[in-house]
Amino acid sequence: MLEVSGLEVMRGDHRLFTDMSFSLQGGELLRLRGSNGSGKTSLLRTVCGLLEPSQGEVLWKGKNIHSQRDEFNGSLTYLGHHNGIKAELTGFENLRLSSALGGKAIPDDRIYEALETIGLGGREDLPTQVLSQGQKRRVALARLLLSDADLWVLDEPFTALDVKAVAMLSGLIEGHLQKGRMVMLTTHQEVAIRAGEVREVDLDG
Amino acid sequence: MVEEDSLKQQSLLAAWWSMVMRDLTLAMRRRADVLTTLFFFLIVVSLFPLGVSPEMNILRGIAPGVIWVAALLASMLSLGRLFSDDYQDGTLEQMLLLPQPLSVMVLGKVLAHWLVSGVPLVLLAPLLGIQMGLDSSAIGLLMLTLLLGTPVLSLIGSVGAALTLGVRGGGVLVSLLVLPLYIPVLIFGTGAVDAGTSGMDFEGHLSLLGAFLVLAALLTPLATAAALRISVE
Repeated sequence: MLEVSGLEVMRGDHRLFTDMSFSLQGGELLRLRGSNGSGKTSLLRTVCGLLEPSQGEVLWKGKNIHSQRDEFNGSLTYLGHHNGIKAELTGFENLRLSSALGGKAIPDDRIYEALETIGLGGREDLPTQVLSQGQKRRVALARLLLSDADLWVLDEPFTALDVKAVAMLSGLIEGHLQKGRMVMLTTHQEVAIRAGEVREVDLDG
Repeated sequence: MVEEDSLKQQSLLAAWWSMVMRDLTLAMRRRADVLTTLFFFLIVVSLFPLGVSPEMNILRGIAPGVIWVAALLASMLSLGRLFSDDYQDGTLEQMLLLPQPLSVMVLGKVLAHWLVSGVPLVLLAPLLGIQMGLDSSAIGLLMLTLLLGTPVLSLIGSVGAALTLGVRGGGVLVSLLVLPLYIPVLIFGTGAVDAGTSGMDFEGHLSLLGAFLVLAALLTPLATAAALRISVE
């Protein structure tokens, strides 16, 4: 499904990695390892199509992602360092907006349900600027609950989360993999995720 | 196949509309930002009777130019809001990853920006026109030129705002990039009012402004979308 071949990414004059190749099939989890600055985030952003590789290409279902951007974006959910939520809008509004912008309007009660599940019950209608870091992260993670995208690309999804939330998120990822979908993530924490097939890519080695 | 296409169009339209509503809602929750540029517009124009001369005949002559230049500056000031907040909180990144054409989303954002920062300028123009001694037909014409011209300013400005995203001192850079491109709009906007007050034909000026608007609406979203992709890298 997802195939990365001969990827080379430069930041300025610095070559982060070269000749990176791997592939990811349905039901598989890909875990990126590497020290700070080894290019984990850049690799994830390249896979999403936010960064242009200097060499190589990213293929989705056999076609370059840049030649089918709308289709690829439709099967992708990306969670980056930034939460991607507006501080002036409430958690509910943020989620409703992101689903409407994605072209798939979701009924209001499902959004409330997702916020309840993620542990923000009673805070759905507060502007997210009054929430704590961890709670803001939860609003962003609630997008995953509502996403039926084939590929999740998660950059450090476990930061700023408490133990309970970490357990819930790893459960969420396992559920996603069991549906035969794909997850690609980076993390510094050792989180146990049971999955059929776990691939590892080490950017230091 | 036809059904699928129309379904796609519907979801694109719905997404576009939510983008417009999103930016209008955000502007409503941050009213102070919007009001500061409006006050800027009012104050800049009000300085001229104090600085140049309170003589009505002089003011009447310079009024279209002064109001138009102030509108250019005010519209440029508000450009900072267009993409930079979205850039900082990561929502711009998410916008690039939407399964919709980016240029269409950009057009939605620019429309919302114009409704919030351009339309109030048009509505305030009569007040400033009276202050500068313009008669009612000249004021009507001034409003019409602003109505046609301010969306062009927002559209051209969006390219500059996208190009300078994340650049330090971007605010000054935007003015260097964008103000020269505003010149045609300024010339034909003030030209129409001047022609109207001296009894000449002004329709040609208005047609040209309309043509600028159509061209800008077609071309600038594409340029802005490309610039956003580069800036987010």
